Amino acid sequence: MPTPLLDIRDLHVWFRVFKGFLRVLDGINFAVWPGEKVGLVGEMGCGKTTTMKAIMRILPIPPATIRGGEILFGGKDILRMGQGQLQKIRREKISMIFQDPTAALNPVFKIGTQLQDVISCTSESERSLKNEDIKARTIQVLKEVSLPDPERMLENYPIQLSGGMRQRICISTALVSAKELLIADEPGTSLDVTIKDQILRLIGEIVEKRGTSVILISHALGAVRNMTDRVYVMYAGSMVEAAKTKDLFDNPLHPYSQGLIAATPKLTGGGVGEGIPGRIPEYIDPPAGCRFHPRCEHVMPICSDKKPPFFEANEDHQVACFLFQNDR
Amino acid sequence: MRNTVLTVDQLKKYFVTRQGTVKAVDGISFSVEEGEIFGLVGESGSGKSTVAYTVVGMYRPTEGKIIYRGTDIGQESKRRSKEIKKDIQIVFQDPGTSLNPKRTIRQILELPLKVHNLGTNEKKPLERAEELLEMVQLPASYMYKYPTMIGGGERQMVGIARALATDPSFVILDEPTSALDVSVQAKIISMLIQFQKKFELAYLFITHDLSLMRNVASRIAIMYLGKICEVARASEFFENPLHPYTQMLLSSIHVITDKEEALKPKKVVSKGEIPSPVNVPPGCSFHLRCPRKMDICSKEDPVAIEVSKGHRVRCHLYGAKVI
Repeated sequence: MPTPLLDIRDLHVWFRVFKGFLRVLDGINFAVWPGEKVGLVGEMGCGKTTTMKAIMRILPIPPATIRGGEILFGGKDILRMGQGQLQKIRREKISMIFQDPTAALNPVFKIGTQLQDVISCTSESERSLKNEDIKARTIQVLKEVSLPDPERMLENYPIQLSGGMRQRICISTALVSAKELLIADEPGTSLDVTIKDQILRLIGEIVEKRGTSVILISHALGAVRNMTDRVYVMYAGSMVEAAKTKDLFDNPLHPYSQGLIAATPKLTGGGVGEGIPGRIPEYIDPPAGCRFHPRCEHVMPICSDKKPPFFEANEDHQVACFLFQNDR
Repeated sequence: MRNTVLTVDQLKKYFVTRQGTVKAVDGISFSVEEGEIFGLVGESGSGKSTVAYTVVGMYRPTEGKIIYRGTDIGQESKRRSKEIKKDIQIVFQDPGTSLNPKRTIRQILELPLKVHNLGTNEKKPLERAEELLEMVQLPASYMYKYPTMIGGGERQMVGIARALATDPSFVILDEPTSALDVSVQAKIISMLIQFQKKFELAYLFITHDLSLMRNVASRIAIMYLGKICEVARASEFFENPLHPYTQMLLSSIHVITDKEEALKPKKVVSKGEIPSPVNVPPGCSFHLRCPRKMDICSKEDPVAIEVSKGHRVRCHLYGAKVI
């Protein structure tokens, strides 16, 4: 039995605010196997990015506090690592593509400088590289993301490039150090439909070639369906469903996943549905038990008492909902 | 034959900047009929919002005509009659910035009533504001809240209530749901459709989301760099897209069911970037990215051709057939 590359167990993250604590992550369980492409779907403010930031250990502490749980990467707990080990992981193993490429690049440095900085501190072998070699590597990295005219690109500032090109630069910097896991946090959201498609295809191709694992975070269901092997659905800081991508879209089980899929406009027409009634709860005082129960149409008495664990509904299909308790 | 509410004829809107003239809208023509939802789709920078703002009177057109129920309204809003202003309303994209954060929702909803002297006789503005809130299914307690105290979806509901306050017959929806989540989007869209039927409104619905358009609009126009490349009825549009850009756009959509996958044109792979509107390529503005480019495309700008009834396309591929 192989071990997962990344294994998050019962992670709780709270944020200290004036009024008390925001209980954002409420016991997240999440695993990525080597070479797997995993999607993480959920609406705004459901804690997708917080989870990813916890993996990279870039959550600002305080206000954030980790209230429990562990993040095992290759068997070691990231949350209990020393700075040295952590730097090594960030430098060589895990890397992240951020949502907004404009904010992720420093506007006062040239693209070349920013990329060379990343390359020159990546790994032991590359840190001993000479300047010319670093430049050659930079150009090679840019070619990998199909940027036209990489030599000239090095002399440009981020502002001189279009959104799609900036995102390609961000992908290239992430790829330098992502030997094992690439986290793509809504990589196409700020871009146009045709450009978004190009970017997602690019990430897919590169990852396929290198055999890196990917976590694709998105609120767009379509993008996730196209790119991933397995999907997690998140609602208000808890995982509600995990399944093979095809299973999830063909047969969503959790009432929230069903609502989400029904609310997505389809190309085949037929209206957009009514959406899910209610709104995302406040994290300062989240509903007890299942966090979805105030909006759920199948709500039962047990839902407000106990938090549902993952029930095995089908093979490789887990649902955190008491409706599936008997199927265990 | 239904009456035409709005006719836009060869509308142009240029902005002079230090880098050069931006041809944000460059000669577009379309018309919106009574009680229909007309969809205007395009990527960012294609000029869709400029069209909206020009029609509503925030910009003055550089050239061309905007005819609203027989009257030419191609001037700035201060020269328009109050009647027309009352009749044309707009819902903005971002409900966070289009509502004044220092006004309560009651003040926001009452302002258009006061401006247009509505509700002085039979109904007090307060009663009308209450009615509007109820219409968008928000509790009456929201009346004294500020926009920052409520969620994004609820803010957009207030934006819609404000637009409907003056009882308009034509509403421009400028990406009303693009800043919102799908579950909230579905709720707002179904409410908008309900109002459209109830009050017999005509909508000019602007969005970048083609799958949403499929479910909402009766006719769709696709814009690319300030020009319309294709107009057709919604059903025909998805079954028989003709312009290469439309095909590219459709094949770029990530869908969630196999049935939808079957509808997408397969072969077109998206490539290239949208050129800057300051420096539009000569000839057809799409020729740099077009998979079916011909020699003529880089020289001559195609004109719109009616391929079948109500289906117009602006591409040299279809020009040859007519001649």
